[in-house]
Amino acid sequence: MLAKRIIPCLDVRNGKVVKGVNFEGIKDVGDPVECAEEYNRQGADEIVFYDITASYEGRGVFLDVVRETAKKVFVPLTVGGGIKTVDDIRETLRAGADKVSVNSQAVKNPSLIKEGADIFGSQCICVGIDAKKIAENKWTVYINGGRVDMGIDLIDWVKQIEQLGAGEICLNSIDADGTKNGFDIPMLKAVCDSCSIPVIASGGAGKINDFSEVFEKTGATAALAASLFHFRELTVQEVKQYCRNKGVVVR
Amino acid sequence: MIAIIDYGAGNIFSVKNALDYLGLESQLTSDKDFIKSADEIILPGVGAFPSAMKMLENSGLIDTIKSESQKKPFLGICLGMQLIFEKGYEFEECDGLGLIKGDVRKIESENLIIPHMGWNKLEFLNSCRLLDGLGDNEYVYFVHSYKAVCSDSDISAYCEYGGKVPALVHDGKYVYGAQFHPEKSGKTGLKILENFGGLVK
Repeated sequence: MLAKRIIPCLDVRNGKVVKGVNFEGIKDVGDPVECAEEYNRQGADEIVFYDITASYEGRGVFLDVVRETAKKVFVPLTVGGGIKTVDDIRETLRAGADKVSVNSQAVKNPSLIKEGADIFGSQCICVGIDAKKIAENKWTVYINGGRVDMGIDLIDWVKQIEQLGAGEICLNSIDADGTKNGFDIPMLKAVCDSCSIPVIASGGAGKINDFSEVFEKTGATAALAASLFHFRELTVQEVKQYCRNKGVVVR
Repeated sequence: MIAIIDYGAGNIFSVKNALDYLGLESQLTSDKDFIKSADEIILPGVGAFPSAMKMLENSGLIDTIKSESQKKPFLGICLGMQLIFEKGYEFEECDGLGLIKGDVRKIESENLIIPHMGWNKLEFLNSCRLLDGLGDNEYVYFVHSYKAVCSDSDISAYCEYGGKVPALVHDGKYVYGAQFHPEKSGKTGLKILENFGGLVK
């Protein structure tokens, strides 16, 4: 049976992990390669690097991080942030990423999804979505890190990106993000029920049972968290053990 | 020396990275003579069946692969595994390499999420040296929408996803195929690649 995936996300700026981490045995707590190795030891099913660098120079340093990690960590690597063109996708995959995550740029230019899927295959095109509730069972899509409301209906957008060839969706709830009150179950449920590609739940994880809950109540096939793992409030291992005890299939 | 066939498809660097990590000597190549002189061959690949066959054809490597895979260990990975069958049906009917009997068809089942993406458990069917040293609770990483349809006798391990999905196939001689990505399957995958490297030692 297919296992549910637990995915830690590392935010990287100028080649350093943004939020501090306190893993034992790590020399440089800001070194993304070491953090990725630690997550790998903890049993992470995938690792996401999110580039929040603004400069061109920073991009080069970031891709070096991906390249170094790919030599040491043998689980899938997803890379997001700053991907605007097919050339950016190519460059990122060549650096050792298995998937790219496109977000704002996909909303501004949906053909990027189709071109990326046609050239590199759907399996490596993950579309990140930031969405916020506007009414009961109704959400709209935001861009630029959740700052700009595009007024696009979430479910319409999900159907459109599936049509365009997206291989996976990473759905982040702006309402839940940072609250630590658990994943946005109604929104995830609505999205999972309206498409047949894998959906990663993102935003809101704060307690260990949030993970088992999202798998029990929605069709999400993976759950992602950043700060929870960064600050070592929980380890990937602990989350997986808890899910296993709850009867959720994990690796 | 392992020849990793570079025909312009897929993330071939991850296979090379994993072999480097294991200390197995390898080289990315599209050179026929190099492939003939190598001890083992790996055919990687992600993307679509017909375009990959087209790229192999354009590289002029099809005959080399067909003959060399009868003389030394050969491992197809993901799409590279699918290509070893006789026919594929992705977008259009297309001839494969025909190294193992069977064809490649879309995974179809009610309410199934496609692609089959993530870690799935290996169920062992026929013994195979690539599975040496593995326990009985081993997960490997898959990402694909098509699967091999072939005889049970050629299947070393499968997984359950809307039915039986061949995970590791072997013709009983030199030809092996892994539907999953051993280079992305953590320790389990590395062990399988190590076992492949060990076939010639």
